[in-house]
Amino acid sequence: MLHIDRLTLQLPYYQPWWKRRWATCFEQISLSLMPGEIHAIVGASGAGKSLLACAIMGLLPEGAKTSGQLVFQSEPLTPARQCQLRGRQLALIPQSLSALDPLVRSQRQVSWAARRAGQAKANAWKSAGQALAHYQLNDAAQRAFPHELSGGMARRVLTAMAHVSHAQLIIADEPSVGLDPRQRERVMAALKALADQGKAVMLITHDLRHALPIADKVTIMRQGQCMETTTARAFQGSGDTLSSGYAKSLWQALPDNAFSLPVAQVAASKEPNSA
Amino acid sequence: MLEAHHLEFGFRPEQLVLNDISLALSEGEWLGLSGDSGAGKSTLGKLLAGQLSPKDGRICIDGGPLPARGLSPVQWLPQSPELAVNPRWRVAKILREAWQPPAALLHAFGIQPAWLSRFPHALSGGELQRVCVVRALAPGVRYLIADEISTMLDPITQVALWQALKTYAEKHRLGVLVISHDTALLERLCPRRYHLTQGVLAASG
Repeated sequence: MLHIDRLTLQLPYYQPWWKRRWATCFEQISLSLMPGEIHAIVGASGAGKSLLACAIMGLLPEGAKTSGQLVFQSEPLTPARQCQLRGRQLALIPQSLSALDPLVRSQRQVSWAARRAGQAKANAWKSAGQALAHYQLNDAAQRAFPHELSGGMARRVLTAMAHVSHAQLIIADEPSVGLDPRQRERVMAALKALADQGKAVMLITHDLRHALPIADKVTIMRQGQCMETTTARAFQGSGDTLSSGYAKSLWQALPDNAFSLPVAQVAASKEPNSA
Repeated sequence: MLEAHHLEFGFRPEQLVLNDISLALSEGEWLGLSGDSGAGKSTLGKLLAGQLSPKDGRICIDGGPLPARGLSPVQWLPQSPELAVNPRWRVAKILREAWQPPAALLHAFGIQPAWLSRFPHALSGGELQRVCVVRALAPGVRYLIADEISTMLDPITQVALWQALKTYAEKHRLGVLVISHDTALLERLCPRRYHLTQGVLAASG
C-alpha cells in the first residue's frame, strides 16, 4: 500500500553568522507497508521515527530537504497529493495529547474529522458518536473537554478520529506512552482491530516489548538509520534469528530476557548522541 | 533502616489514597513497588522522601524522624527529569547542586563532559535522567526512591542506567525503592516486592 524508497530527510540549522548547515535526520529508509498489517517502527529517542511519520503525512517544517520516493497505492505521493489525502486516506494519531483542541468537546472534534473525510454534517455527528462508543467512551466522555479526559481516553479520542476518516493508512505515533497496562492493551487492541479491517497501520514506538504481540513486521531504527526489518516472530529465544547486532542487543536488554548489555554496546551507549 | 508506620494520606478529606501502610527498607536492600496508575505509588514515594507529610502515621530513619532541613538522606528520583531541574541552570551546576560527583562516577553513568556546558533542554530525556540520578547520590544520601525512572528509556539505556546504579548502591549500601509498572523489571532488580491496590500494600514476591 505504501512503499518508501530510500527516503532521506535533512533539516537546516543555523550556525553563528547565519551559516546554514544540514542535519541528516534519517537516510536511505526503505519500507513497505501492506494492507492488514501492523508495521512497528522501533527505536530510541532521536532515531527519527516521528519525522518519518511527518514525512509521510507531508507535515515537515518548511525548508526540509528530502530525497527518495514515496509511493501510495501505486502512485507517487507528491506534496499536492499528500495534502489531498491527509485526513481522508492518510491518518495520523499524534504523539502529543495537545493535538486535541482544548476548547472543543470530544464528539465535536471527532465529527470534524468525519466532515474532513467527506461526510455530510448530520451524518458526521452520528458517526462521531458511534466511533467514540466503539472505543468504549460513554456519553459523559463524548461531551467532555480534553482536560477532563484521562490520558488513555484522550488517546482513544484521537484513535476515533483516525477511525471515522476511513483512512487506509494509519500512523500511530507512540500511542501507548504514559498509559497503565490496561489502558495500553485497549489502545493496542484498537490498532489491531484497524489492521484486521484491512488497513495498513504503522506503529511508532520505543517500547519493543509491547509492540511485538500485535505487530506483524518490525523495523528497528537507530540514529536515522534503518538497522533491520524483520517479522515480529524473529524476536524470540535469545534472538539468534535477528541479523543486526543492535536489534539483538535491544532484545537482550529487555528485563524479561537477559537484561544485559553486550560489551560493545556498553561503549556504544556512552557515545555522545545528538540531543 | 527506613520505616513507615501506619501511614494514612489523602488529597481530599473524605477520600484516602493510602490507608494504614507500613513498610521497612533496610540498608542495601532493593524493594519493588508496583500498582495500577492512580493507586498512590508516587504518593507513597513522596511521603517516604519527606516531600509530602502524612495525615497520620510516621516515617522513621533509624528510629528517628527525617531531618527537617539540609540534605535529606532519602532522595526521590522523579519520572520526568525535565520537571526536576532548573531550566536556567547549566548541566554542570545542576549536577553539582549537592556535591561534586567524581569523574569516575560520571563515566560510570555515561555522562559526557560535553553535556556539562549545555542547558537541560539540549539533553534527551535519558541523558537528563542520568544527570538527575547522579545528582542525588551525594555522600549523606542513604535511601533512593526511584519513581518510574526508566519508563521512557529504550531497553539498552534502561539496562545501562540500572547497572550503574546497582554498582554504586552496592558499594555504598544504599537502600532503593523501585516504583514501576513493569513487573518484569521489578523481578530482575528486587528480591522483595509489594503491590499497591486501593490504598493497601500486599507482598507479591
